[in-house]
Amino acid sequence: MARSSRSTRKHAVLLSATLATGGFANATAAEELRLITWGGYAPDDVVAQFEEETGIDVQVTLSNNEDMISKLRATGGAGFDLAQPSQDRIVGVQRQFNIYKPIDFSRVDADQLQPAMVKATQDSTELDGKYYGVPSVWGTSGLIVHNSVADVVTDYTDLCDPAVAGEVSYRLKRPTLIGFAFAMGMDPFAAYDNREEYESILAKVEDKLIDCKSNVKTYWTGGDQLLALLRTGEVTAAMAWDAGGWKLNAENPEIRFVAPDSGALGWIDTFAIPRRSENEEAAYKWINFVMQPEIAAKITNESGNFTASKGADEYVKAELRDAYRASFDDSAINNIKWYPPVPPGLETMEGQVLDTVQAAN
Amino acid sequence: MRSSVSRLSLWLLLTPFLLWIVLLVLLPHLQMLRVSFQVRESWDTLTWGLQQYQNFFTESYYWRTFVRTGVMSLFTTFLTLIIAFPIAWYIARLARGRSKGILFMACLIPFWASELVRTYGWMILLRESGLFSSWLQALGWVDGPVEMLYNDVAVIIGLVYNGLLFMVVPLVTTLDGMDENLVEAGYDLGGGHGTVLREIVVPWAMPSIVSGCIVVFMLTLGSYLTPVLMGGKDSAWFTEQIFTQFITRFNWEQGAALGVLLLVLSSVIVWLGLKVSGQSLRKVMG
Repeated sequence: MARSSRSTRKHAVLLSATLATGGFANATAAEELRLITWGGYAPDDVVAQFEEETGIDVQVTLSNNEDMISKLRATGGAGFDLAQPSQDRIVGVQRQFNIYKPIDFSRVDADQLQPAMVKATQDSTELDGKYYGVPSVWGTSGLIVHNSVADVVTDYTDLCDPAVAGEVSYRLKRPTLIGFAFAMGMDPFAAYDNREEYESILAKVEDKLIDCKSNVKTYWTGGDQLLALLRTGEVTAAMAWDAGGWKLNAENPEIRFVAPDSGALGWIDTFAIPRRSENEEAAYKWINFVMQPEIAAKITNESGNFTASKGADEYVKAELRDAYRASFDDSAINNIKWYPPVPPGLETMEGQVLDTVQAAN
Repeated sequence: MRSSVSRLSLWLLLTPFLLWIVLLVLLPHLQMLRVSFQVRESWDTLTWGLQQYQNFFTESYYWRTFVRTGVMSLFTTFLTLIIAFPIAWYIARLARGRSKGILFMACLIPFWASELVRTYGWMILLRESGLFSSWLQALGWVDGPVEMLYNDVAVIIGLVYNGLLFMVVPLVTTLDGMDENLVEAGYDLGGGHGTVLREIVVPWAMPSIVSGCIVVFMLTLGSYLTPVLMGGKDSAWFTEQIFTQFITRFNWEQGAALGVLLLVLSSVIVWLGLKVSGQSLRKVMG
């Protein structure tokens, strides 16, 4: 696939060169932007508009954090021109595998971005005085609940309440560990750099999750699987992403996304440039293009998550804006716990805890 | 002159096969073997060692998952054989003309869809709000919805279904070629159904039984989608472990060691199976 498109491009260049010498000045070389991103972050109409305005061909590969890192690690940062990892997953990975190159902020149109979010992203993606990420889309994980159990489940640990036994689902991944730790009154983020303290927090969370296991219907592994479980009513409370909750809310007002008492967990997906990107120019063009308010709103409408673009909210669908406001009042927004960068080695510890929980009876 | 031409054509014919074996099978495995002996000291230094292999034996989670996967795969293989044998017998010996072809196609057609689609099919049938559950309720046999998904039985159902074809095909081929007179002679000499089956049919079909079992066992052991999607919270499958190490933990070293162990241990199980059944690989695969 990659090889064939590369050779087509070569042909296109040759062809356009011939055409240009023949006097057809408007023939341009077919450029290509290979984007690895999340579902919904590159809607078809946005891609089409970008291709029309710039003449650059966009190849979209859908992915997630782990998959993105694995793919780029396998090639040493080649194969894609622009990636969209979460802001907390850049520094550790960069230090270990060296797969990104620093962002040249002079080429980013920062005026159309929310300054607070740019600052937060720069802080969490800084390595040796260079920044590796531009904020793009942000969101939170919290709880999706049916109205029938909304009084019972107001925090992560309430998923272990006997009243919802057998009707609960969450992932066996790191956000669950973090969420439970906060709900149990601890602060895992503050313990990120203190191995022993973090280990003791994890030990307590491990016990809690093992106790809670009998309450869980199944550990969900994919977004569609979770939505199906909630839609059919087989699961009435789950720890999940806000966008999924708002999507379900549009279908069935009985289902809502709520920010847990101990705070929703906030993430920012960024733009990062792979180290061996072949078309950086197009990557910056894409960043500046999709962060225009009207375009960013289209991404919000498609993915359900809000962007770092300034003033995009005006163009977002009214239902989505209402659902967002219903889930987050000002205090809930201020209570969002933003993921700090993950220090290397932490994930190995968390992995062992997750394995133990999976194996426990 | 003539011999050099034929030698050249032999090499030319062999080239695609050799390229395939060396580039896509041998090299990746050797690379994986090499990675499995690397130990990450800190985030950017590596040394050689057996750390990953030690982890497998000391961390009970890994070897318990492996034993579980092995035992469930053996059970699945056995169950597949029990179910496939009567089907194959019917297709090969009893069905005639058109119905034979139709029955064979009926076994084959589900495999035109991918494993993912077949697994989702089973999920639609078995889930709490699914087809079986609502039928049972409509018949008045149960009061509320029944959850049949997310347990080991569901996983085995899915795995047996995925393996069925690979058991039926070799059995049909062998049973088809069996001389009717052998069976007749068995009855003439006073044997009952059981004796004829045990003394004549099974020994005749043994090579294909073993080859079918090897294929189904390997497929089951290496399957990923069915256990993950249908298994629920207690299910752990060894391939899932390998996937997790490579993809979500970025721990290629551990993943590679588990991969090598899966290859070695499954080969040992197959070898033991051949020894126990008194078959040789050449006879079974030839």
